[in-house]
Amino acid sequence: MEAMISSPRIIHIEDLGLAFEQDGRRTEVLRGLDLDICAGEFIAIVGASGVGKSTLLRVLMDLAKPTTGRVTITPDPNAERPMAMVFQDARLLPWRRVLSNVMFGLEKTSLSKSERVTRATEALKLVGLAEMAARWPHQLSGGQRQRVALARALAVRPSILLMDEPFSALDVATRENLQDELIRIRAETGRTILFVTHDIDEAVYMADKVVALGGKPGVVRSNRKIDVPRPRRRGSIALAEIAQDVRIDITADHRDPDFVI
Amino acid sequence: MRLHPTVYAAAGLLVFLGIWEAVPASGLIQSSLLPPPSELPKAFMREFRSGLWAQYVGLSLNHYILGFLVGAGLGTMLGVITGMSVRLEWSLAWVVRLLRPIPNLAWAPFAIIWFGVDQANAIFIISIGVFWIAFFAALGAVHGVDRDLIEVADAFGFRSAPERLFKVLLPAATPGILIGLRTALGQAWMAVVAAELSGVSGLGSRMMQASSLLATDIVVVYMLTMAALYGIMDAGFMLLQGKLLKWKP
Repeated sequence: MEAMISSPRIIHIEDLGLAFEQDGRRTEVLRGLDLDICAGEFIAIVGASGVGKSTLLRVLMDLAKPTTGRVTITPDPNAERPMAMVFQDARLLPWRRVLSNVMFGLEKTSLSKSERVTRATEALKLVGLAEMAARWPHQLSGGQRQRVALARALAVRPSILLMDEPFSALDVATRENLQDELIRIRAETGRTILFVTHDIDEAVYMADKVVALGGKPGVVRSNRKIDVPRPRRRGSIALAEIAQDVRIDITADHRDPDFVI
Repeated sequence: MRLHPTVYAAAGLLVFLGIWEAVPASGLIQSSLLPPPSELPKAFMREFRSGLWAQYVGLSLNHYILGFLVGAGLGTMLGVITGMSVRLEWSLAWVVRLLRPIPNLAWAPFAIIWFGVDQANAIFIISIGVFWIAFFAALGAVHGVDRDLIEVADAFGFRSAPERLFKVLLPAATPGILIGLRTALGQAWMAVVAAELSGVSGLGSRMMQASSLLATDIVVVYMLTMAALYGIMDAGFMLLQGKLLKWKP
């Protein structure tokens, strides 16, 4: 599903800033960040490490408190939870079997045990791991663990799926495989996805729009629509050119009047 | 050639018993001071037939189990709660430093004043020894829980203290808590003997009685009884631990 002009705004971020003090020194991570995201969009957020990409997700997930600004989230009324998150490392609970890990978020709902099992099994099928339901997390490969983490997030049927460099710890083949899986799952479920990555090629290959963060503190350098029809071809010239533009957005300091060395 | 580990274990035990048997037999030490192992079955049967063995073992087991449950239960609970609250930990820092170094036997005078020469007296003293082991194990285990997993609980909406406790902290801390409890399982037997020296009936009081009559063989019978009981409990504990931690690689 391509982003539609008519789809409602689901996330509105206005003048977002976040700073923290450590040992008497104030560090600003984000400053004056504005961003609007529409329902059903697949947004990739790219930038160098330390630019505040993960912090942005953590603020949205209410795991970190912003210092300034406003975040308004208007979740799809049909979704059961506004958001769910997939972390860089799968963070499965090692004392739970795979199915039970996928059921984790559902334990917050009023679903009965059998409904939770059904729902978790569906989510496992969606990520292609139905036959692994009875395994322990330590018996899985890194890629499989990340799929389970994705299933755990999808199982709660979130309006928005937040993903924090979910594939960056995986080998290339596994990563590309999971990228395609995510594109398929997104097409099947129509979720809004916020995907943080430092891999620009990954961002332009997958997303409808690529938001480039740059500077210290981080600000939005550009917000580019990726007008390349799907299915896309990995490494095509069209994608490579956009990736190059994004790379310049991120590195070119002079583009941002707020950024002063 | 490498034999099965059990062969080595049996050989080691036999050599140990052999030396033990040889020393009094050689006249190096009188057999009344060190009863040889060959005399022990006889002594055990005497003690067993008179019904004293079952009686004292029963009393001591009662002290042991109740003392362990009270001490381990309270210690683990307080350790977990303290691990969850920095403010509580700060508040308790010097209270713990004040109480921790007091040996559990030093409580014996109070135990007598508060409980008399009664079962509760022994249970109290045993539970104090177990308490600290369980407390520090639980506190350390909760501190050691991966912050990332707590964040997962937060991200999925489990943000209240009880939710965090049961969804993440307790299961994640279980391996560390169990290590403490296993240590306490052994420590509690030492406390049993110590507690019963103050007069509460049990293995300890029986051993004191026997030694004052120079019935050293009886003393050794009870020492071995304790070793056997500990061995059975530790093996049982390992089985339980294996079940609880079957998720561990």
